[in-house]
Amino acid sequence: MNFYYKKIADGSIAVDDTVLVKGVPAAAGSHILEGFTPLFSAEAVTRLENKGYVISGKTNVGEFGLDLAGEFSYYAPAESEIKGAAAEAVKSGEVNAALAVDVNGAARRAAALSDVCFLKPTYGTVSRYGIISTAASGEQLGVYASCPEGISEIMSVISGHDEKDGTSLKNESYDYGCDKELSGKRICIVKELYQKADASVKAEIDAFAASAKKKGVSVSEISTDIFETANVAYQILMCAESCNNLSRYDGVKFGYRAESYKNIDELYVNSRTEGFNFLTKAVILYGSDVLSKNRYKDCYDKSLRVRRVVMNEMKKLFESFDAVIAPVCSLSAYGAYDIKDAFKKVFDESEFTALANLIGLPALACGKVQIIGDHFSESTLLSLAKEDK
Amino acid sequence: MNYELVIGLETHVELSTDSKIFCSCGGHGKGSEPNDCVCPACSGMPGMLPVMNKRVVELAVTAGLMLNCEINRYTTFDKKNYYYPDLPCAYQITQLNHPICVNGLVSVKTADGVRDIRIKQIHMEEDAGKLVHGGNSSFVDFNRTSVPLIEIVTQPDFRSPEEVVSYLNKLKSSFIAGGISECEEGAMRCDVNISVRPAGEEKFGVRTEIKNMNSFDAIDKAIRYEAQRHIDALEYGTEELVQETRRFDDVSGKTFAMRNKETEADYRYFPDPNLMPIVIDDEWLEEIKAAKPVAVDERTEEYRAAGIKEDDIEIIIANVKIARLIDDVVSMGCNLKDTAIWVVTDCAGILKKAGKALSELDIAPEKLAAVIKMVANGDINRNAGKKVLIAVIENGVDPVSYCKENGLDKKFDASAVEEVIDRAIAANPQAVIDFKNGKQKAAQALFGACMKELRGAGDPAVIKELLEKKLSM
Repeated sequence: MNFYYKKIADGSIAVDDTVLVKGVPAAAGSHILEGFTPLFSAEAVTRLENKGYVISGKTNVGEFGLDLAGEFSYYAPAESEIKGAAAEAVKSGEVNAALAVDVNGAARRAAALSDVCFLKPTYGTVSRYGIISTAASGEQLGVYASCPEGISEIMSVISGHDEKDGTSLKNESYDYGCDKELSGKRICIVKELYQKADASVKAEIDAFAASAKKKGVSVSEISTDIFETANVAYQILMCAESCNNLSRYDGVKFGYRAESYKNIDELYVNSRTEGFNFLTKAVILYGSDVLSKNRYKDCYDKSLRVRRVVMNEMKKLFESFDAVIAPVCSLSAYGAYDIKDAFKKVFDESEFTALANLIGLPALACGKVQIIGDHFSESTLLSLAKEDK
Repeated sequence: MNYELVIGLETHVELSTDSKIFCSCGGHGKGSEPNDCVCPACSGMPGMLPVMNKRVVELAVTAGLMLNCEINRYTTFDKKNYYYPDLPCAYQITQLNHPICVNGLVSVKTADGVRDIRIKQIHMEEDAGKLVHGGNSSFVDFNRTSVPLIEIVTQPDFRSPEEVVSYLNKLKSSFIAGGISECEEGAMRCDVNISVRPAGEEKFGVRTEIKNMNSFDAIDKAIRYEAQRHIDALEYGTEELVQETRRFDDVSGKTFAMRNKETEADYRYFPDPNLMPIVIDDEWLEEIKAAKPVAVDERTEEYRAAGIKEDDIEIIIANVKIARLIDDVVSMGCNLKDTAIWVVTDCAGILKKAGKALSELDIAPEKLAAVIKMVANGDINRNAGKKVLIAVIENGVDPVSYCKENGLDKKFDASAVEEVIDRAIAANPQAVIDFKNGKQKAAQALFGACMKELRGAGDPAVIKELLEKKLSM
């Protein structure tokens, strides 16, 4: 597998191609950004470089991070079995860690498929300055590593307030320790999501639960439809924000411009028609629809209200539990499929992941086990995952 | 039939900030070349995030306070989506649901006295860039993108073009005085909503909107033209009125319908997830209030209370540069009424002789203050003061040294005054004899001789007293 969109050095950290590195072409896996070279690096990249880390290059990513796990990049040929390039680069030992943006669960799913770890941290703890933004209110820059300790190391460097990001929280640092005392901790497994997973994924969850019990963690099961509700709301918000953020790619200023056009409207239409893949177009159309005058109140605005309801429900749940356990995905492997089915496939699989995006919770994919905690509980999640990797 | 004109206004005003609304490019949006006041953020490059310029909030609140608005303590930004090449992100960041100021009131002059115009809201937003067309191509210049604007939306409360112009003049002088905007050419742009109804009718007529005018003169003409067009349609059935957007053509003095496409867009507004809601707490609001300059109405009252003539007040209010000069001079310890007279009467007179208007006055406040103080303290008389003032305005001299060099300042050269008197007495022995014989008029001649030699310097009362003292010896 070719991990890289652009290899730049023999470094220990890869960044996926939605993360900007100054002077290195960035395309977010999309034809529409072909030829675009950023003038500045992402804040996380700068912080790593300031600490002496060397960025090895840009790993391939599915167009704007909207697919299952990186299968629909304009720059990487389709493979028979779907794998994420950044996750594989970590798995193979090519790099120690990789940065990626979790827009709609693709990064977590990629970690599951390659059997490595990915942490989508609490919203606002890592600057989004210098990532190619798709869905601003849910996307978050996170870290792949082969083990929780590797994530802990990188998170300590890249997290903390950045004045260049208006959504960045004020704290200068956060706790990413992996050695929390686990005895007495309470976790619960979400029954509905567990039942949707295949036998091999279930087995991983079972093994994780058994190991947690041995460490003195109490494990119970809960039944809730909140993940399903959260997914519907998040897909609406994510599509709406994507439609808006991707509208700047119009062929006028940078990136791809259609060769044939007679006027400005054709320049827009042809460039965007040729520049985006089918899935991105579906997301844009869906997002445009939910923002339209007739639908706004019943779709977009309602989803914002659902977001608050989900937040309240989860806060209540975290009074009784230190973490919620769910599969990252339904299958232990995905085979190649037609892009016309992608919107529905991603929608279905996002039921496992979207809740964390919707309300900014930290979610750690550790193989196919997903550990979701309250805001700022990363240390608990990493400690729970330790040794089980 | 008698018709009543109903007009509402949307006025965009460019704010005077050091930087743009969401990035650190220069706030004026001016470059020496196209696209040299531009960064990755205001040109819409991926990876950049908007960061709120706090000063924009403060100026918008100040504007709201000056227009008697309620300040929304919780204010948010929305994205307005539309494609146009001068809009790099294909959306404009503006305020729809929680604008920063609401429910204001501005009094305007009308034919029947003063009337209140209700302000619906003031919101903050970013400007777009501009297109330059040349040859077969069009070019985009993003220098202006993200320049901070406020939009002031009134209720349909205007009934004549005069009221509209009076309102706009008031906004302009308030905003210049408040440091909110320099209101230079093009920095104030208006959309005018206009309809006509039979006098006494409650229901509004069909409304048209005339977009994007930036001279008060054009606005006045456009309203007059459009009102007549509506009246002709109603009275004579010349055409059927439809709700539409129109533009005013300066050359022909007419309005024309714009393409329908531009009015029918669904902007798909939604809250901007990249900008957190802004909360204006008591402490911040008090800070802004403390820094707020006095509003035009209060200012008029202040001038009136100081005893400044109504005509002069109007001149000062209409000319913010002059008002600022007077403020500066008063802050240096001069009396307000005196200063106003020195400026509006004396400076204006001096400029008039040179064929210039008062607005062209260019004088350092310290120098004007020095002249006024020397006169007020009795160091020089008023005539001498005026001479100094001429020299200051025409040649930029330093007033104090000018007095010394030209012997205008008796305080610095008291013995000189005495010498002049002694010389006058010595040169006119007959006058001295006449005075001693009881002829008071003789002293007048001696006084005149002294004044002539002093070239108008010196306090006449003091000279007279000194002269009489010497004659009586």
